[in-house]
Amino acid sequence: MYGKHLSRWLMPALLALFLTGCATVGDEERVEDRQDGELTEEELAAIDRQRAAEARGVDGRRLVEGDALEELLEDPDSPIAQRTVYFAFDSSEIRERDVSILEAHAAFLADHPDQRITVEGHTDERGAPEYNLALGERRAEAVKRALVLYGASADQIRVTSYGEENPVDLGSNEEAWAQNRRAELVYRY
Amino acid sequence: MLKRSLCAWITALVLPLAPLAAKAELVIDIIGGAESAIPVAVAPFKWEGDGSPPEDVARIISDNLVRTGQFQSLPRSEFLETPSQQSEVRFANWRALGVDNLIVGEVQPDGDRFRVRYELLDVFGGSRMEGKSFAVPRDAMRTVSHVISDEIYEALLGRPGAFNTRIAYVAMQDRRNGDREWRLVIADADGYYPESILSSSQPIMSPAWSPGGDRLAYVSFENRRSEIYIQEIGSGERERVASFEGINSAPAWSPDGRRLALTLSRGGQTDIYVLELDSGDLRRVTDHWAIDTEATWMPDGRSLLFTSDRGGNPQIYRVNVDNRNVQRVTFEGNYNASPTLSPDGRRVAMVHRTDRGYGIAVQELGENGRFRVLTRGSQDESPSFAPNGAMVLYATRADGRAVLGTASLYGEARQILSTDGERIREPAWSP
Repeated sequence: MYGKHLSRWLMPALLALFLTGCATVGDEERVEDRQDGELTEEELAAIDRQRAAEARGVDGRRLVEGDALEELLEDPDSPIAQRTVYFAFDSSEIRERDVSILEAHAAFLADHPDQRITVEGHTDERGAPEYNLALGERRAEAVKRALVLYGASADQIRVTSYGEENPVDLGSNEEAWAQNRRAELVYRY
Repeated sequence: MLKRSLCAWITALVLPLAPLAAKAELVIDIIGGAESAIPVAVAPFKWEGDGSPPEDVARIISDNLVRTGQFQSLPRSEFLETPSQQSEVRFANWRALGVDNLIVGEVQPDGDRFRVRYELLDVFGGSRMEGKSFAVPRDAMRTVSHVISDEIYEALLGRPGAFNTRIAYVAMQDRRNGDREWRLVIADADGYYPESILSSSQPIMSPAWSPGGDRLAYVSFENRRSEIYIQEIGSGERERVASFEGINSAPAWSPDGRRLALTLSRGGQTDIYVLELDSGDLRRVTDHWAIDTEATWMPDGRSLLFTSDRGGNPQIYRVNVDNRNVQRVTFEGNYNASPTLSPDGRRVAMVHRTDRGYGIAVQELGENGRFRVLTRGSQDESPSFAPNGAMVLYATRADGRAVLGTASLYGEARQILSTDGERIREPAWSP
């Protein structure tokens, strides 16, 4: 009876371990066999690349969090590396060039159904702050709609607006305004 | 409720404060004069103590009068004499200088207090119109100067002054360590004595004074989203009153102080609601797919002005809170937002897009509906009337910095309030 119970729990667990870990177990052992001091720079760089790849190799997990998420967010090659999209003046339309960014996030969200993100909408400083708060929400909602269209689930995405209250660039010129008219995809606080 | 909000303050680095003196002093510049303004002279108040007087009372009074745009003040360098009481005045001198009214007075130490006496004189009649004496502590010298200014204003123009009032605004600063800090500040109407009543690592916006002037409603992002709080100014005690899904913003007190109009976007549609503060009852007032926001109450407490882009661009509309009938109010140009009413309900000030950018405009309500642009900035916003309706306080830019300005409804006078190294925005003038 004990054995039957054990196997019932153990088998899927082992299977899961195999599926998520089999590609990396061998490599980790090889690294641990040696002292850090013995590694060449190229090898260290290779390890870094590999760790990043491992972090990306999160297929099958419903949620990526903690260090794995950190690495994914920090890695410039990760599919969710770019997390800001920009808007034209007085517009909440997604620009053609930002579509691939949102598709990548949508795919990531679809692959990790327990992942939750917040889309923060922002505007430039011109015009009425309260009206801008509502415009910022329109931008965030537009991003949410696009993410859902590309395969994410609506309940994975929370929308919020900061209006003109939290600019990236404090300048008061076209360049600063273009930087500030944005939506940010936030995976963690 | 209070206990729960306490936890939130700690996690989000929010610090509600009983009024705490802010470090930065406001710098005040008065720009321009007015051609139709009443010519007055304010003689330096005679000082009867040691050293220098605690405040230059005459300067405070003169600055107050000038920034209304309704007075011009003769520069001291043109004075022929410096009287401190009526019996010392040679009225012919002042007539020759074209002065209509002369203000004289003195400050005397009196134990640990100061005795401040003033007289308002009619130069043509050679007579006294007003005069009074006050005994005040040192830290009330500016306040008594504002009280005197109010009395002079009322004696000469027949309506109350608004000098002894306060303003609230939001200051934002980037610290050296990269952290950004927002503070909710209250100060005297001339910008002096700034005190922080809230400090946060997340944005604060839209402060709104209760009709009694003892509480502020505002929007705080301390929980990474907009929520509405009400804070008692004296004690720093506060309560979260709106935290619905979506936007919670644009709080506006009803004239009786019992209801709060606000903007919510729950259900994905940005509309105006009215929250009954005692019961917590919430009623939807507008229902439209467009953005409806920035409600402000008409003095009768039965209708609201608000901004909506239901016509394709933002314009100001009026809604009756009982039958919810909506009427468009502004038709000038393609961007009118942030309506704020004069206390008598006869004028509405707003943000208006011009060729130059965004300025503050004023429209008369009712039949003729006269419309004029009051300010010359390109990024002016957040207008707020003085409680006597004679001036508008607003957020503007000067030399690339975010500062506050006041503009007169009667002349060209403008005043800029700024602090060093801070962006100051979203001003609200107290009742």
